[in-house]
Amino acid sequence: MPPKSDLPQGTLDLLILKVAALGPVHGYAIAQRLQQVSRDVVQVPQGSLYPALHRLENRGLLAADWKQTETGREARFYRLTRKGRAHLEAETASWQRLSEAVALILRMSAGGRESRLGLEAPNGVE
Amino acid sequence: MTWLNRLLRRRKLEDQLDRELQFHLDQYAADLIERGADPAAARRRAQIEFGGAEQIKEACRDARGTRWVEDFAQDLRYSLRAWRQNPGFATVAVLTLALGIGATTVMATLVHSVLLNPLPFRDPRRMVSVHGAEPAWNVALFGDENLSNPDFRDLQRQSRSLNITGWVFDNGTLSEPGDPEYVTEFDASANLFSVFGVPLTLGRSFQRDEDRPGGAPVAILGYTFWRKHFGGSPSVLGASLVLDTARYTVVGVAPAQFEPGGVEADVYTPLGRHTGPYLMRRGPHPVTTVARLMPGATLEQAKNELSILGRRLSAQYPDTNQDRSFIARTLAPDVTGVRPTLWLLFGAVTLVLLITCADVASLLLARAVSRGREFAMRVALGAARGRLARQCLTESAVLAVAGGILGVIVAATGIKPFVAAWPGALPRADEVSLDWRVLGFALLLSLASGLLFGLAPALRAPSAQLEQTIRGGGRAIGGSRRLHGAFVACEMALAVVLLVSAGMLGDTLLRLSNVNPGLDPANVLTARTALSPTVLDSPPKTRAMWDGLLARIRRVPGVQAAAMVDTVPMRNGNNPLGYWLSPPAPPENRMPMALATCVSPDYLKVMRIPLLHGRFFDDHDNLSSEPVIVIDEVMSGHAFGGENPVGRQLWSQMGDQPARIIGVVGHVRYYGLANDDQTRVRGQAQVRDQFYYPFAQLPDRFVRRWSQLMSIAVRAGINPLALVEPVKSELRAVSRDQVLYEVNTMQQLARGTIEPQRFLLLLFGVFAALALLLATVGNYGVLAYLTRQRVPEIGVRIALGATSGAVTRMVLRQSLAMVAIGVIAGVAGALAAARILTSAVDGMAAIEPVTVLLMITVLVASALVAGFIPARRAARIDPITALRQ
Repeated sequence: MPPKSDLPQGTLDLLILKVAALGPVHGYAIAQRLQQVSRDVVQVPQGSLYPALHRLENRGLLAADWKQTETGREARFYRLTRKGRAHLEAETASWQRLSEAVALILRMSAGGRESRLGLEAPNGVE
Repeated sequence: MTWLNRLLRRRKLEDQLDRELQFHLDQYAADLIERGADPAAARRRAQIEFGGAEQIKEACRDARGTRWVEDFAQDLRYSLRAWRQNPGFATVAVLTLALGIGATTVMATLVHSVLLNPLPFRDPRRMVSVHGAEPAWNVALFGDENLSNPDFRDLQRQSRSLNITGWVFDNGTLSEPGDPEYVTEFDASANLFSVFGVPLTLGRSFQRDEDRPGGAPVAILGYTFWRKHFGGSPSVLGASLVLDTARYTVVGVAPAQFEPGGVEADVYTPLGRHTGPYLMRRGPHPVTTVARLMPGATLEQAKNELSILGRRLSAQYPDTNQDRSFIARTLAPDVTGVRPTLWLLFGAVTLVLLITCADVASLLLARAVSRGREFAMRVALGAARGRLARQCLTESAVLAVAGGILGVIVAATGIKPFVAAWPGALPRADEVSLDWRVLGFALLLSLASGLLFGLAPALRAPSAQLEQTIRGGGRAIGGSRRLHGAFVACEMALAVVLLVSAGMLGDTLLRLSNVNPGLDPANVLTARTALSPTVLDSPPKTRAMWDGLLARIRRVPGVQAAAMVDTVPMRNGNNPLGYWLSPPAPPENRMPMALATCVSPDYLKVMRIPLLHGRFFDDHDNLSSEPVIVIDEVMSGHAFGGENPVGRQLWSQMGDQPARIIGVVGHVRYYGLANDDQTRVRGQAQVRDQFYYPFAQLPDRFVRRWSQLMSIAVRAGINPLALVEPVKSELRAVSRDQVLYEVNTMQQLARGTIEPQRFLLLLFGVFAALALLLATVGNYGVLAYLTRQRVPEIGVRIALGATSGAVTRMVLRQSLAMVAIGVIAGVAGALAAARILTSAVDGMAAIEPVTVLLMITVLVASALVAGFIPARRAARIDPITALRQ
């Protein structure tokens, strides 16, 4: 197993909203999906998902209803509210800006070191 | 779901949370089983990967944002349970607090209603009082100068910035309907009620054409008088009454509690109708003047206008208005007499409240320390320090609020009797009521005191050395002993302040009660007397009426002597007059002043004032003989030095003729026992002179006015109050419309002059006793607690050979150390309090070392008693059991 790292602050909320954006989904399914998409790189204790879900619900970003699953059991399904969608878009955009900026900084410092060594920066650093 | 919904539907949310988490676990386990895991192992793994269910639930609950309310409710339930388990402690604490908060609330209500509340008139900030200002008028002696009636009328007509009204305080005999009765009367300008902005209870105000000479004879009744005499009936409008032989028609009833100048009138008549000489001239100034600023006008404009009008009148009437100007001041209630008393009591009551807080705090602290183990356990189980502190504060707040509510009940029921018990009349007494501001104050006070005495235990909530605390079972560690000592010292210090103050007051009262007032107040009856209005128009008839009346009263069985006097000592009213020894008269403001008393010959016999030189008046001193005068020893000293003044001549403001001094009598404490009458002469305070002149030589022009003010004084061989009815019937026998009012014995009047001191002593005595009791209880509680904490240590000492006497001494020494610090701080506080008392209370004795020592002895004795029980208990400790603990 690759070493697991903690999620940066606020990322869990973003991931949950992203998953819920695809359609109504219950807590267990969200946990499964998170595990899949993060390819086990990001480890979230499954339980800690729920306080985050409840917090998002109380902030009005998610709405929840009790519905039947395919297996016929009652489960609590979360879906994105309009406010939640707007929040998700805003947050996604800001994450993208941030990660681009971080990438830029990393590239720059790499270039800086190379030039101090008096070498040409190699092509295709990415 | 809104916040409130989440709070109220808590149970449903909990249920849903359970089901949601259960679903997750079940589903995960099912998936694992599907992938071939053993069912038991699958459930186990699911639970492990899920994490601690309770922690997750807690985190979910936190996410609801209703947490603090739930915690608070929990703390509340917990506190109530705790108090139920220990009802004695809770009851004592709540009752003490209720007393402290109740007493403070009563005093706060009084301070608020009497001193701070605005006057009960419409927009009182725009109201002003108007006074005369001239160099000859001695404000310190006579108070603010009123206006002469013509000046008043001129200002009223000419002012553009002020709507001016005024009234003359008067009195008269109401002879119809019902029994003749003496009434207080306001001769008032027509706009009186409109300027004050208060609507009449019934009927109408005076009209302008009634407020002039020859206007229709109409009257307005005072509210209380109307209730008392007409049963509050509306049919009083149109009724007729006879006042000083003139018939009036009632046109209105004044508003309830309408007391401009602190007096409620019985009857109002239009000022303009009255044409007595003192209302026609600019010399006398009987008109009390109040005004309302016109819309848009400022006080500054009004002052400027008044000084312009004043200059114009000076130019017009140089004889009377030469140096006279007029000033306006924002209208303020006259509460100068009670202000210091109220603040003093408020201060004393605050001290009691502080002691109460310190007491409850030390009890709570003792409890918290003995609960140290419980708290440590909770911290070990994950309770946050802040959370524990919050719980401590909740517990004390529950106590405080319970005490506060009870205190408000105490205040609400106690305030009326308290106001009724106030010596003399408390100004604005009928405006006193608990209002929401004071209730808010009481609530704030109880919460603040809760915080104050809850804080110490809260701060002690353990953080470190948990294991030690849990194992140690709550032995006193470190600072708690010092903290306890501080509380005891505080209580002691506050108690010393109150005890010394009470001691000083007691000392003062004792001294004042033994002061010789210069006359013998035992068995003397005094009463104002209104002659029949029908005889007042003729001075000879009036004189004859008085002579006949005194003769009849002398014949009443039990009467030893009877005299008339215009101003009775130690009662309201005085007549200061300037005098000089050789003409011409000095300017009025440079004249020496003396209290002048107009009497009949037997006055000296009635009051038993000692005659020092010469003779007193007799029946031969009359209008046809040489004017005579008798002065007191003080005046003799001031005016004649060591010489014998008998036979010398004296001029006074009574008349142009000099009077021959025929005798010197003893000085009388005219204003009572607390303080002698002081006056300032060339910047130096000195006792004021007194002289007497005979009514028989009073010029005719004064006879009517003087007769309206006269009192009779009777020396009795029996209880003087038994003479009231016989004297009354003698009065009636001469003429049916003659009445006796303001009946007092001299003893009552003398006692009345030190009533404020007596009242203060009573309250300070109660407060001091309460403080002593509370401090003793607090001291005992703390010592008992500290000694219990030291049981193992004392056990070791005894095992090592300490005698029981040594142990007792050790505990007592600990107690006395706390007391000593408190006493030292308290004496410093008491010295400050003594300074305040001396400046605020008339006749207050300076602080006596004996008083302080006595009070400290009392306190230390009580501390020893409080310490003795725990000390004895400590001395009896069995070392074996103690060491096993």
